[in-house]
Amino acid sequence: MNRPIRKVILFCALLFGVLLVNATVVQVVEAHSLTSNPHNGRVLIDRYERQRGDIIVDGRAVALSTPTNDALKYLRVYPGKGLFAHVTGFYSLFKATGIEQSEDGILSGSDSRISFSISRFGQLLAGQTPKGGNVTLTLDAKAQALAQQLMGTKRGAVVALDPRTGAILAMVSTPTFDPNPLTSHNSKQAEAAYNALAHQPDQPLLNRATAQLYPPGSTFKLIDTAAALSTGTYNPQSLLPSPNVITLPDTNGVTLQNYEGESCGGNPITMTQALTISCNTAYANLGLALGGDALKAQAEAFGFGRGVDDLGLPYVPSVFPDVNKPQTAQAAIGQYDVAATPLQMAMVAAAIANGGVEMTPYVVAEEQSPKLSVLSRTQPRVYAHPINATVAAEMTQMMENVVEHGTGTHAQIPGVAVAGKTGTADHGVNQKPDSWFVAFAPAQKPTVAIAVLVEDGGDEVNTTGGAVAAPIAQKIMSLLLQEKL
Amino acid sequence: MTAPATIGIPVARPRRRGAELRLLVFALLVAAAARAAVELGVEGHVELSVLWYVAVLAVLFLIAHVAIRRWAPYADPAMLPCVALLVAVGTAMIHRLDLGIRVNNPGAAQDAPLQLVWIAVGVALFVLLLAALPDHRALARYGYTAGLAGIVLLLLPILLPSSISEINGARVWIRFGPLSFQPSEAAKLLLMMFFASYLVQRRPVLSLVTRSVGPLELPRARDLGPVLIAWLGSMLVLVRESDLGSALLFFGMFVVMLYIATERVSWLLIGLVLFAGGATIAYFAFAHVQERVVIWLHAFSGNYPNDQSYQLVQGLFGFATGGVLGTGLGRGQPQIVPIARTDFIFASLGEELGLVGVMGILMIYLLLASRGFRASIGVRDSFGKLLAAGLSVSIVIQVFVVVGGVMRVIPLTGLTLPFVSYGGSSVVANFVLVALLVRISDAGRRPASWPVSESAATAHPSEVGA
Repeated sequence: MNRPIRKVILFCALLFGVLLVNATVVQVVEAHSLTSNPHNGRVLIDRYERQRGDIIVDGRAVALSTPTNDALKYLRVYPGKGLFAHVTGFYSLFKATGIEQSEDGILSGSDSRISFSISRFGQLLAGQTPKGGNVTLTLDAKAQALAQQLMGTKRGAVVALDPRTGAILAMVSTPTFDPNPLTSHNSKQAEAAYNALAHQPDQPLLNRATAQLYPPGSTFKLIDTAAALSTGTYNPQSLLPSPNVITLPDTNGVTLQNYEGESCGGNPITMTQALTISCNTAYANLGLALGGDALKAQAEAFGFGRGVDDLGLPYVPSVFPDVNKPQTAQAAIGQYDVAATPLQMAMVAAAIANGGVEMTPYVVAEEQSPKLSVLSRTQPRVYAHPINATVAAEMTQMMENVVEHGTGTHAQIPGVAVAGKTGTADHGVNQKPDSWFVAFAPAQKPTVAIAVLVEDGGDEVNTTGGAVAAPIAQKIMSLLLQEKL
Repeated sequence: MTAPATIGIPVARPRRRGAELRLLVFALLVAAAARAAVELGVEGHVELSVLWYVAVLAVLFLIAHVAIRRWAPYADPAMLPCVALLVAVGTAMIHRLDLGIRVNNPGAAQDAPLQLVWIAVGVALFVLLLAALPDHRALARYGYTAGLAGIVLLLLPILLPSSISEINGARVWIRFGPLSFQPSEAAKLLLMMFFASYLVQRRPVLSLVTRSVGPLELPRARDLGPVLIAWLGSMLVLVRESDLGSALLFFGMFVVMLYIATERVSWLLIGLVLFAGGATIAYFAFAHVQERVVIWLHAFSGNYPNDQSYQLVQGLFGFATGGVLGTGLGRGQPQIVPIARTDFIFASLGEELGLVGVMGILMIYLLLASRGFRASIGVRDSFGKLLAAGLSVSIVIQVFVVVGGVMRVIPLTGLTLPFVSYGGSSVVANFVLVALLVRISDAGRRPASWPVSESAATAHPSEVGA
């Protein structure tokens, strides 16, 4: 009987061999796909196992995790509701956006600089609390609230920067959304809340400040001016031909005119005058004289076609397309297919404000360990040198004129010299144009640069978009300047 | 082939009881470490109760060890330590699941202390069996009684109203008030005793009287009776309880023992054909059997992962989370898997101990089974050989069916992992199973100054040359 017993032993070994091979398949080969299976709640529970860190603005948490009684131990809460939503993003069962996504390593504690100290072993050694690290933002809570309030029910975006550092002081995109319903632990509710927002026609989830492109309209004249002055053959007093209407070259009589077909108060006029009253024909001619390539080169020197490192927010590079002659004329006044984000235009203003040194915009001020020690503090970095200091000074003077007695008078602040530029950009037939305003102040020693965009904010009654966007910029700059004093 | 030295020549094998004691101490250290790791992992500190727990286990296994010294001094020294290791791992994981459930439900009942009581009952029966049964051959006399009792126990849950026999949808229980009892575990042992004694009696007929069909030597039609009865019984289990695992276990045990007894491969083939055919017919004839298979094949499809295959899929996620090294004891989420302490405890172990732990545990089972086979080869009487081989095969098939089910090699069944899963019937029955193996290995290793008994005299001719 021993011979069959030995065969049975072999058979048993074979059965166990099958189990060992299968265990290897499940635990090694298929482990990754099983872990990422949508039905796998373990990953989720792990994510909620320890308290996620705070996102902090001006010393107060604008995103924090509070203990719960359910299987997911912490609920993500945003006390400011929609106020910081486009910067913080949200952290839901399904996805994370904004800073919640880009700083997940710090906030969750998985970043290698803190993962050890908050591991169970590290806790034994150092008594650390098992909590993620914190992230502080550069935002100014009051300016943020004011910007949100001023935008009200308008669609659009506000970006305010410190031109000396690139620190983002305010970033508002309207309409905004309340992230709190999205973080519900009830996956059906969270999904329904997300789908409702995602299908809303005015796209509240879209960060218009960084991820939406708009025709920059007349604000692009700043880039024309920069390109012209940088050649050395133009100065602010250079005369530009400024008829009421020009016929575009190489076309069968396609015309380009000033806003509402007005005259520019003379022909020719100085470049300063042309910028001050935002003369389209003068700038179209300037653009044609400089050529599309020169405009494109200047636009790209400011950051068109280029990303921003470590911004931590969704970012779409601005666009200056390749253009032929008639397109060059249109591009010069910020039309055709030229498109920019509000952040990009704020960066243009900030570059001029900072003597031609464009700083990299950033919103994360510090990364902190769970014990609040600083892991990293964002150091201001130069983004580009789009213009030299002389050109910057000349442009500042020209932009002051815009606010003093041009299209941007709505942005005047008593006792403070403001430099700015309005813009009104057509973006479709039978649609009101978008209203822009970019500015910085104080003009001679700027501490704040701003871009305001109001979708469809151009108005039939008011000439140029300055009437809608400029007052918003004015109030936010006033507040920020007061705070800095 | 060399004739085993034990035949006719009394050679005293070393008893190796000291080795057994050292291995037991090692297993107890593992038990203490595992329990401490669990508490450290879940609660961040170790409770003093670890000492009580280890002390109880130590006393129980020392009693078993002393019983072996007293009543089975020549027994294989690796068997009891294997059991102790499995118990160490199992109770640690049951305690871990207690703690995991307690996190969300502080009032939840604790299973680990009760499991310890069952282990104590198991050890008591282990000792009792060794003391009361000096010679395993005595069991052969009760073959038919055991067979009848086994069949009754096996079929009782099916015949009883489901109010008594059904728990969590599985009709494999008998309940008396608060106590519930899974009769299939005891039935397994009783039926094995019956198979062994029956086959020893019928060996000449079953193995010698054959007729040739091509290369095969098939038994006569009238000798097919027993295998057909076993087949019908297992098919009944398959269809009524839709429990492929139990069906596989009982029928597999029987066919393997039949093969060992007769050395006829034809029995294996007949068994295979019968089982495969029967299972196929059951699949097409019974919707609930079919559903089981469909859930198994399409565990991740459609709504199954939220419903019928939830447990299986969550278990697989546990294994995947564990990966190669595991999350560490107390540091995974094994309580996500429903009823993890019984059928799915292996998924919990896979999650927290990883592939390394999974392989280690499987190796302990294989070691235990291989010691059982060694006892089977070493013992001189046919009944002992068959019984030991059958018991060992049952360990292997049962582990294969449980682990294979949890890891989706075969459709899921309701069997328990011997010594590891929570459950009184299982623990107690498996202690008796190991006691039988210890008894038989003692007989095999004992110096043959014993009178060469009737079993050697009536030995099958082929055995001499084996």
